Amino acid sequence: MAVIRTEELTKRFPGVTALDGLSIDIDPGVIGLVGANGAGKSTLIKILLGIAPATSGRAMMLDLDVVTDGSRIREQVGYMPEHDCLPADVSATEFVVHMARMSGLPANAARERTADTLRHVGLYEERYRPIGGYSTGMKQRVKLAQALVHDPQIVLLDEPTNGLDPVGRDEMLGLIRRIRTDFGISVLVTSHLLGELERISDHVVVIDGGRLLRSSSTSEFTRTSRTLVVEVTDQVEAVAAALTDAGAKVERDRRLLAVELSDDADYDLIRSTVARLGVGLIRLEQRRHHIVEVFGT
Amino acid sequence: MPAHPDSAPAGVIHDIGYRHYDGDRLGRAAITRALFWHSLRGAYGLGRSARSKILPMSLFAIMCIPAFIIAVIANVGALNLSDLPLPYERYVITTQGVLTIFLAAQAPQSVSRDLRFKTVPLYFSRPLERVDYIGAKFAAMSAAMFILIGVPLLIMYIGALLAEFSVVTHSREVAVALLGAAVFAIVLSGIGLLIASMTPRRGFGVAAIITVLALSYGAVTSLQGILRYAQNDPTAAGWLGLFSPVTLVDGFQMWVFDTTSSAVAPPPGTVGGIGFVLVTFVLIGACWGLLNLRYRKVSI
Repeated sequence: MAVIRTEELTKRFPGVTALDGLSIDIDPGVIGLVGANGAGKSTLIKILLGIAPATSGRAMMLDLDVVTDGSRIREQVGYMPEHDCLPADVSATEFVVHMARMSGLPANAARERTADTLRHVGLYEERYRPIGGYSTGMKQRVKLAQALVHDPQIVLLDEPTNGLDPVGRDEMLGLIRRIRTDFGISVLVTSHLLGELERISDHVVVIDGGRLLRSSSTSEFTRTSRTLVVEVTDQVEAVAAALTDAGAKVERDRRLLAVELSDDADYDLIRSTVARLGVGLIRLEQRRHHIVEVFGT
Repeated sequence: MPAHPDSAPAGVIHDIGYRHYDGDRLGRAAITRALFWHSLRGAYGLGRSARSKILPMSLFAIMCIPAFIIAVIANVGALNLSDLPLPYERYVITTQGVLTIFLAAQAPQSVSRDLRFKTVPLYFSRPLERVDYIGAKFAAMSAAMFILIGVPLLIMYIGALLAEFSVVTHSREVAVALLGAAVFAIVLSGIGLLIASMTPRRGFGVAAIITVLALSYGAVTSLQGILRYAQNDPTAAGWLGLFSPVTLVDGFQMWVFDTTSSAVAPPPGTVGGIGFVLVTFVLIGACWGLLNLRYRKVSI
């Protein structure tokens, strides 16, 4: 099941295109969404939450369409905005209980879940004091708690490390990793720093100017592509023709051949074909999600 | 003796790890109701700090004291009254200053806070739709205003019953006055919330609501006086009542419920009556529409 899928998603504001034909397909896990300020990260999150309409294209979350099932998606999703969103004059407990109720939890469950969640994000005695007196790090934890309190299937965290010092940043990143490993909740986390997200993400999506720059797993295991990339030293034409004759589906992209993988016998086919033609095999690997992989931004 | 699971020493904290929630998840309607109760309690400072209770609770007391005095007077045997010294339906206009202060203090409390602290996106990223949020806030403010007006009316009613005035007459009169109170509550809440939703600054909201309500009432009442008595033009004076929400609803209940008017000049004739009723409904609809428009623009 893909937790997030978009097809040619486009969002235009007067005079600026925030998202430009963005197609991504992401499995459960920690997903890092990286881009410079204004790259379209927040816009994507708002469309996924069903609170801002896309200009064109489709977006699905948890296999639900954001346009028609917005309310059902939001029941199963937690959202931590980038900006301040906490009232200064109530305590963390009161605030998170209220937000739990606003997510549809009954009163008693809201209180229990609030106590649990605040403990998990690392807020203890201070949770009874008004939020106005909290440090930035504590406020970020309250923001995270309100996104987790209703036990969602996925949380969308918009720049959760913003404004934190290096220690606070490490703690927050550790907490985000735990949301996946200990709580079993998928995470979409945005940042303008690729380095910090690569440490904790299973999959990194880089966008720039609303376009997809790169989408790749940070581990070998999460690759789902069924296409093999073949690079040979010579006779690209001949190799392609021989493979096609043998019944494989082959697309040519300059020096690279993309071969659709139907079963493991295809590896043998490619090996014997290349050997028969006497050319050198430079690369034989499963392709990542998209054809054009631009490394670096 | 075998160890019993219940005999574990008390006061030990066990880290039981993360637990998933598999209980009920309530739908939009239940969430809207929860927001309604939260906002209604908030309007009287319940569930909030002691300081937030002082103003709404004092105003509530101030609203009840005159009603209580009226009820006592009705029961003083020496006066030998046959009716209450003030009819139910005129209680609102008599105490409209207190209502204005309550609305000015509590409407911004209800909506400006969420705007100032940018909490609104947290609501709209939950199952709630914008219209549910506005509906809950509008209903809660109206209910708070209705309680503020309705409880004193009930105190007067109990006083009338204890004084053994006609049960039938008084039951009918208080019922009509409560209906009028509901219209007052809805109109005033609509205006209050609309003004409050325009600014994240609570102070501006308070000042703007007091200005709009007190100024319109003061201006309309004095101009009505001039037109009616100095210019001898009760029709024009009556029409002028449209321009203040208090005199507007007063004209509404006078024409619909056939009550006595408290305004300097009542709505003129049948046309005037229909006009006041229409304008009342248009005003409520306009507040609702503009609130929806306002929240469509709220940045998330």
